[in-house]
Amino acid sequence: MTAEAMSTKLVGQAIKRREDPRLITGQGTFLDDIKLPGMTHACVLRSPYAHAKIKSIDTSKAKAHPGVVAVFTGEDMLDLNPLPCAWQAGRVKNNVNTPRVLAVGEVHFAGDPVALVIAEDRYIARDACDLIEVEYEPLPVVVDAKKATEPGAPQLHENAPNNIVMEWEAGDKAKADAAIAAAEVVVREQIINQRLLPTPMETRGAIARYEPATDEFTLWTTSQAPHVLRLLLTAFVFGIPETKLRVISPDIGGGFGQKIFCYNDAAFTMWAARKIGRPVKFVEDRSENYKYSTHGRDHITDVELAGNRDGTITGLRVTTYANLGAYLSTIAPGIPTTLYGRIITGAYRIPAAYVKVYGVYTNTAMVDAYRGAGRPEASYLIERMVDRFAAEIGMDPAEVRRKNFIPPDAFPYDNGLGLLPYDSGNYEAALNKALEIVGYADFRKEQAEARKQGRYLGLGISSYVEICGVAPSKWIGLPGEGWGAGLWESANVRVHLTGKVVVTTGSLPHGQGVETTFAQIVADELGVPYDDVVIEHSDTLGTPFGYGTYGSRSLAVGGTAVYRSVAKIKEKAKKIAAHMLEANPDDMVYENGRVYVKGSPDRAKTLGEIALQASVAYDLPEGMEPFLDETSYYDPPNCTFPFGTHIAIVEVDPDTGIVDLKRYVAVDDCGNVINPMIVDGQIHGGIAQGIAQALYERAVYDENGQLVTGTLMDYAVPAAHMLPPYETARTVTPSPVNPMGVKGAGEAGTIASAQAVMNAVIDALAPFGVKHMQMPATPENVWKAIRAAQSAS
Amino acid sequence: MIPAPFQYFAPKTVNEAIGLLQQHGDDAKLLAGGHSLLPALKLRLAQPAVLIDISRVAELKSITSEGDRLVIGAGATYREIATNEAVRSGCLVLAECVGQIGDIQVRNRGTIGGSLAHADPAADLPAVVLALGATINVMGPNGARSIAADDMFVAMMTTAISPGEVMTSVTFPILGKGEGAAYAKLRQPASRYAIVGVAAYVKLDGGTVAACRIGVTGAGAVAVRQPAAEAALVGTSGDDAAVAAAANAAGDGIDYLGDIHASAEYRQAMVKVYTRRALTEALRRARA
Ligand SMILES: Cc1cc2nc3c(=O)[nH]c(=O)nc-3n(C[C@H](O)[C@H](O)[C@H](O)COP(=O)(O)OP(=O)(O)OC[C@H]3O[C@@H](n4cnc5c(N)ncnc54)[C@H](O)[C@@H]3O)c2cc1C
Repeated sequence: MTAEAMSTKLVGQAIKRREDPRLITGQGTFLDDIKLPGMTHACVLRSPYAHAKIKSIDTSKAKAHPGVVAVFTGEDMLDLNPLPCAWQAGRVKNNVNTPRVLAVGEVHFAGDPVALVIAEDRYIARDACDLIEVEYEPLPVVVDAKKATEPGAPQLHENAPNNIVMEWEAGDKAKADAAIAAAEVVVREQIINQRLLPTPMETRGAIARYEPATDEFTLWTTSQAPHVLRLLLTAFVFGIPETKLRVISPDIGGGFGQKIFCYNDAAFTMWAARKIGRPVKFVEDRSENYKYSTHGRDHITDVELAGNRDGTITGLRVTTYANLGAYLSTIAPGIPTTLYGRIITGAYRIPAAYVKVYGVYTNTAMVDAYRGAGRPEASYLIERMVDRFAAEIGMDPAEVRRKNFIPPDAFPYDNGLGLLPYDSGNYEAALNKALEIVGYADFRKEQAEARKQGRYLGLGISSYVEICGVAPSKWIGLPGEGWGAGLWESANVRVHLTGKVVVTTGSLPHGQGVETTFAQIVADELGVPYDDVVIEHSDTLGTPFGYGTYGSRSLAVGGTAVYRSVAKIKEKAKKIAAHMLEANPDDMVYENGRVYVKGSPDRAKTLGEIALQASVAYDLPEGMEPFLDETSYYDPPNCTFPFGTHIAIVEVDPDTGIVDLKRYVAVDDCGNVINPMIVDGQIHGGIAQGIAQALYERAVYDENGQLVTGTLMDYAVPAAHMLPPYETARTVTPSPVNPMGVKGAGEAGTIASAQAVMNAVIDALAPFGVKHMQMPATPENVWKAIRAAQSAS
Repeated sequence: MIPAPFQYFAPKTVNEAIGLLQQHGDDAKLLAGGHSLLPALKLRLAQPAVLIDISRVAELKSITSEGDRLVIGAGATYREIATNEAVRSGCLVLAECVGQIGDIQVRNRGTIGGSLAHADPAADLPAVVLALGATINVMGPNGARSIAADDMFVAMMTTAISPGEVMTSVTFPILGKGEGAAYAKLRQPASRYAIVGVAAYVKLDGGTVAACRIGVTGAGAVAVRQPAAEAALVGTSGDDAAVAAAANAAGDGIDYLGDIHASAEYRQAMVKVYTRRALTEALRRARA
């Protein structure tokens, strides 16, 4: 950033990310780069069985192996509490089962940790794991959420009959029943939202160090929420004062939600470091990440959508079985409830809607938030059904959407499902823009021509709305609904004597570029050079408490906290300037880093001069404290509701079932945009993950509970050549919720994309009579859908 | 993802490698590009006590043409083969086949010898080796011998190479006028191995198909020829109807695999589709 550029506004500019020179030249410091003196290495022995009693564990051979420092089992760590479940939404009652740090007595999924080896290096630790002898008594296994609730199914936990964690509902059942009974048209489907493996480039892990002299721990870990993790580990798992633990998140190679949670490795590295008096490092390998770290989605849903032949949607009834895995992860119950059930009607005014959700235990890895967290499942469901309905009544799917959209003058809009009202929106504008970019009318002609030649083109529309910046604490914090804790964010802004600005935040980046966007905001608002602003984060020592980075909340909540701290700095600066200029504080104007008396911009004090005055402090207004230093705790009055329309165009080869994704158009509205390049980057990555779900990815357990897609040789994360170029555009509908009018963009791409692709595939297959098919649209699944439809007709 | 301990040797000649194999017997494994062996070691599916790394044996790397034959060293990597001018002009289908294996990292390391010796049911090369009637040349304690393509692939991950032998090279024909070959593959999206891969070779005599060989990989436990489909094409003009009839005759006699990527039923259907595609392209080339 040069001095000339300084005078223009930075907000809205595609400034290159200041994080990148470091990260793309290999200068980042990721967890595995950290090496402490005397550090030991941990390896976990995991259960090969998905469900079994542990009859005995013999660690003697492993202990005797040269280079092994210690071997521990669950019995050794009974002084640690099970990991907490922080978001017991959906009236989870007395059937919470969270994992112990190491399993005790029984294992509930393949990958459940059974023993821990600490050794001089990772190779020795791994070798010694093979020397531990465990005797198991295998028990029956269930991996399917719906089957797990049926009579006679294997039971995971005594306190959860029929494996049910919770039965949750939203909306008005009687009204929905009546609407469906009275409707001209009802379309019904079973829709499966398959389990996914989040697959961050960097796997998870932890390094713990213990200082016996002060009884203090330091934990470096791949966490999206270091402050929350510190709280959970100290107050819930260890029962020690919060102040005895410092948590540091180093550079993080992607999280996608998987790195929000409180995992056992944080606890066992700390516990073992204290026990053996040496630092302990644990880093998952990819297979462990797939087996143990949280998965996403995994819903089985029966859905009915009712409407009239004129295209009006009149009712929606949904029953979902949400697979939560073998135990509850940190915020698992909140995902298929608050973040799914409450937005099930999407962008539409549906007068009668009801959703019931069963949360279910199965012998699989835990399921928790994965990019989009509940909203992709909701959005997929409603967008698929709107298309299904349009096809049923023979109406253009764009027209059905227009007819049912919540109109722009209906905001704030209450969808009747227990959310606070949608903040702002103009859904038709985004749809029209996307249709225009794609050339909708021309496409339909081309499609008709192609069909005559035996070529199968399809177009899929997805008009989504989602929930970002989840708040306020008085809503989401309510026990029974939310966290039992707030969801505000904090920021401290200090202007040092030299005029340099230091911002510390509880939000932290793991790919989102907040060091850049926050600095853009501060530089503009304070009127200081961009390079004079540093953003400090990710260390509980030296940053104010924050709930962390997830749910597309860093800008809308954390960024607003920064903005508000800056506003306070400006107020104080005005008072000091008034004192320096012997003027009335109320007459002062703050503009471009200068403060002057209204009408006399020539006699101004710069922020640098004011900061110096505030810092040396020998001449300040009577009673004023020195220094420009302000903190805000920002608790928004509502969530924000980004929206948009994505359109995919595909061609299907009916001989093989191969889907060729030819075009992808994304029109997103995330409110005001701070850095369009960063927003595009977030949208691109998000779309890739949604396309991945539509066409490639699926986590598969066999009936014995073995993860068949246990490596990247079987789990198909798409490479660049498997994705099309994206044509992105925006509409801008500022959010009234926060002063910058921002909404959030981290998850929108994922929330929007899977159904755009699936609607396109199914549109392409319409001539064969295909009305629905499940994801992923692999060649075989498409080929079978064609044949099934043909033999049915 | 950490292999069990092993001893490591890096011989410089084939004879040294054979000597080491003799010395260590069943405990030893040859290591070439490592792209099948190392994943197995890291998952501890294989735990050989001794690795004999033949990637530094210079004599295994050469690619030469000898008359109407191409001799490809067993240690030649996919990338070396795919970019070799003699291969591209004399046996394009081979270059195209190895150019589709895995991703660029795999192609930079993986070798033709490693692939054929490993004989993964989904590997690409066996189909081309069968269709072109290539010869696999090996060297052992008792000297050199050659294995015909049709005798090479015995069962899943089992070949006609004996435990003490090292594959030294593979001999392919240089295709001449009236000959054409093509490879068509349905990729497994994660690994990019073949769900079904079909290689077809045809030779035209005047307007008639004089010879045809078809190799299928991916579909069953072991790569196989398709005699019924071959016979259906030979003697015809190779027009669309003949190709369709031949493709329709393909797919019998395979013990189909079924897994999460493709059921046996789908693989069977795709053998026909890809046989048609490979034959159509091979014929187009033969006529060009
Ligand atoms: C991500 C990934 C994707 C892949 N995709 C594909 C694909 O699309 N298509 C495909 O066909 N393959 C694919 N492969 C496999 C790849 O082709 C392997 O490289 C190949 O199968 C083995 O060759 P190598 O040189 O790496 O052999 P190595 O892994 O070193 O050895 C394999 C086996 O062959 C033996 N061996 C090696 N050389 C000789 C020799 N000269 N004589 C006797 N025995 C020998 C070894 O002892 C070992 O048993 C993929 C692999 C990976 C990791």
